[in-house]
Amino acid sequence: MQEMMKNRAYALLENGTVDRVLGWTRGEFAYDMTPAVFRNADEVKNGFVYNDFCAANLSKYLVKECRAGGKILVFLKPCDTYSFNQLLAEHRIKRDMIYVVGIECFGKADVEKIKEMGIEGITGITAKDGIYTVSTIYGDKAIKPADVMAERCLACKSKKHVVYDELIGNEGEVVEDCNRFDMVAKLEAMTPDERYEFWRGELSRCIRCNACRNICPACTCEQCIFDNPNSGVSQKAAVNSFEENMFHIIRAFHVAGRCTDCGECSRVCPQNIPLHLLNRKFIKDVNTFYGDYQAGEDPTAKPPLGKYEKNDIEPGEAGGAKE
Amino acid sequence: MKKLSLAKLNDFFAAIAAKQALYLPVNNKVGKADFTKWTAGTEMSKALNTVRSAKDFFFPQTENLMDFKMEGKNIEVIDSREECEDFVVFGVRACDAASFAILDSVYLVDPVDSYYKNRREHGTVVTMACGKPAETCFCGTFGIDAANPAGDVTVWEVADGYMLRANTEKGEALLAATADLLEAGDEKAVEAAQAKTREIMAKLPLAGLTFDGVGVGKTKELFDRPEWKTLSESCLGCGTCTFVCPTCQCYDVRDFDTGNGIKRFRCWDSCMYSDFTLMAHGNSRNSQVERFRQRFMHKLVYYPDRNNGTFGCVGCGRCLARCPISMNIVKVAKTLGGNK
Repeated sequence: MQEMMKNRAYALLENGTVDRVLGWTRGEFAYDMTPAVFRNADEVKNGFVYNDFCAANLSKYLVKECRAGGKILVFLKPCDTYSFNQLLAEHRIKRDMIYVVGIECFGKADVEKIKEMGIEGITGITAKDGIYTVSTIYGDKAIKPADVMAERCLACKSKKHVVYDELIGNEGEVVEDCNRFDMVAKLEAMTPDERYEFWRGELSRCIRCNACRNICPACTCEQCIFDNPNSGVSQKAAVNSFEENMFHIIRAFHVAGRCTDCGECSRVCPQNIPLHLLNRKFIKDVNTFYGDYQAGEDPTAKPPLGKYEKNDIEPGEAGGAKE
Repeated sequence: MKKLSLAKLNDFFAAIAAKQALYLPVNNKVGKADFTKWTAGTEMSKALNTVRSAKDFFFPQTENLMDFKMEGKNIEVIDSREECEDFVVFGVRACDAASFAILDSVYLVDPVDSYYKNRREHGTVVTMACGKPAETCFCGTFGIDAANPAGDVTVWEVADGYMLRANTEKGEALLAATADLLEAGDEKAVEAAQAKTREIMAKLPLAGLTFDGVGVGKTKELFDRPEWKTLSESCLGCGTCTFVCPTCQCYDVRDFDTGNGIKRFRCWDSCMYSDFTLMAHGNSRNSQVERFRQRFMHKLVYYPDRNNGTFGCVGCGRCLARCPISMNIVKVAKTLGGNK
């Protein structure tokens, strides 16, 4: 896969289709690749890396890249293409400045899961014949990719690219039975007190680093209200547990109907807070109340929360705790 | 050298906790270690390190500095400081223990920060030598020995218990207060544990890493390097690196309006944030490349310049493990220092 991607990058740079390439560059270890922009074939040759640990959704970087001028090639996994479409729908990126190469995805690996298996002192990871060989200073270990697959990939909603200029690998299908709302259903089945306890237990670990917001492709405000010192709610610390909760709840409301469920918020959280569950609750509710809707699937679709119809559900009909 | 048998570990914790608050690493609900207050039944985490560093004990994320009460045209200023109670932090690693000296160099020099000093004076630090350092560890780069951490008391895990050595008066007092649970310890067991740790450290990928290409007197050489642009290109401008860092020490002071008064508090700040050191005229660093450069120049050049070459990093590896885009101080130092 990596070689095919590099070859396309060389060719598209060479023939002038694109001026830059957005991908991933090698890390210090086998699993810590960093998103990077490559400006010529030499940079691609020396730095470009793609493997199962290249998990970052690159769509949001295009907001900045579209302002830099020229045309940029971006490699997008199926789930990333939904974010891309949503950014297009919101006029945050310019389609004609971007060349999208869709890449087939088999699910990303989570190095935390490898470490949780008790594998320590990792010096290298190679993939061959459906097995990862993890080299450590204590010897090699063979593990199955399925055992260390990122949580979000276990509930992958789509192997289909909803937008691309060309594809590398095979095109997949939308995954109908992805079970991504299972945990939401469990939370809904809880009593309000149990649910409150669950979320306090999770959100009390928040350190307000804003990684979830800053990585989120739906969070593209020029200045977030939590960064505005005059707003009274600026971001540097939560004074109390109320603020700790509200930061995440307000953010979830703000991206409701726009969140494509890419899962980046939970992936980057340094405290492993399952933030995606807040967004999934809203997605499930939108599906229930307004009919199935997948943000980013069709950039021309009218968003359910952005239009009004006479037979829209009334707040009282929506249910919820009546206490 | 004293020895605590494995069977007496809980009695040891109970004896300390009977007199003062005791904090130690405990696994949270997602299986990561946090410093948590000990109560009967609390089990110590086996994790190499906590997600948040031990700096929280002396430099908490938020703290109240003073209160203002307003009545008509009168403003009353209330000193909200209280004398901190004695406490013990158990299980601090060598890296975090070394970070306290860096925080001290900021907060205990004139003008002394009384809030910080209060906590430092009342806290007893019990460090624990690392048994199995990880690939993200590079404390050795800064002359820190994972097998021989500083602190008031140093603890080594051995086959059938723990070896303890008091390093300071506070440490002596702690061991004296728990003397009936301790027996005489053999230095040889410690030496064996140390040799094992050092052998692992030497095999890890970052063993032998030096920061020679950065450091004292390099401001002019490094400030305008073109690599800053590429290094910072995908930085999200979040505060993860700053907030998990044991040596990051910047804070902001804010007022919280309570309705009939003001609580003036300080909270951790991050130079990665767009409103860091925001002044009346605006911001002094308008782009992420400038903010990113500030964070690393501070740790790699400005701090060493003012502190006899000591880097503002202790090699704990938290930023290596936690940065959402996997950019970190090792990559920066290697790129700038040509050490690849």
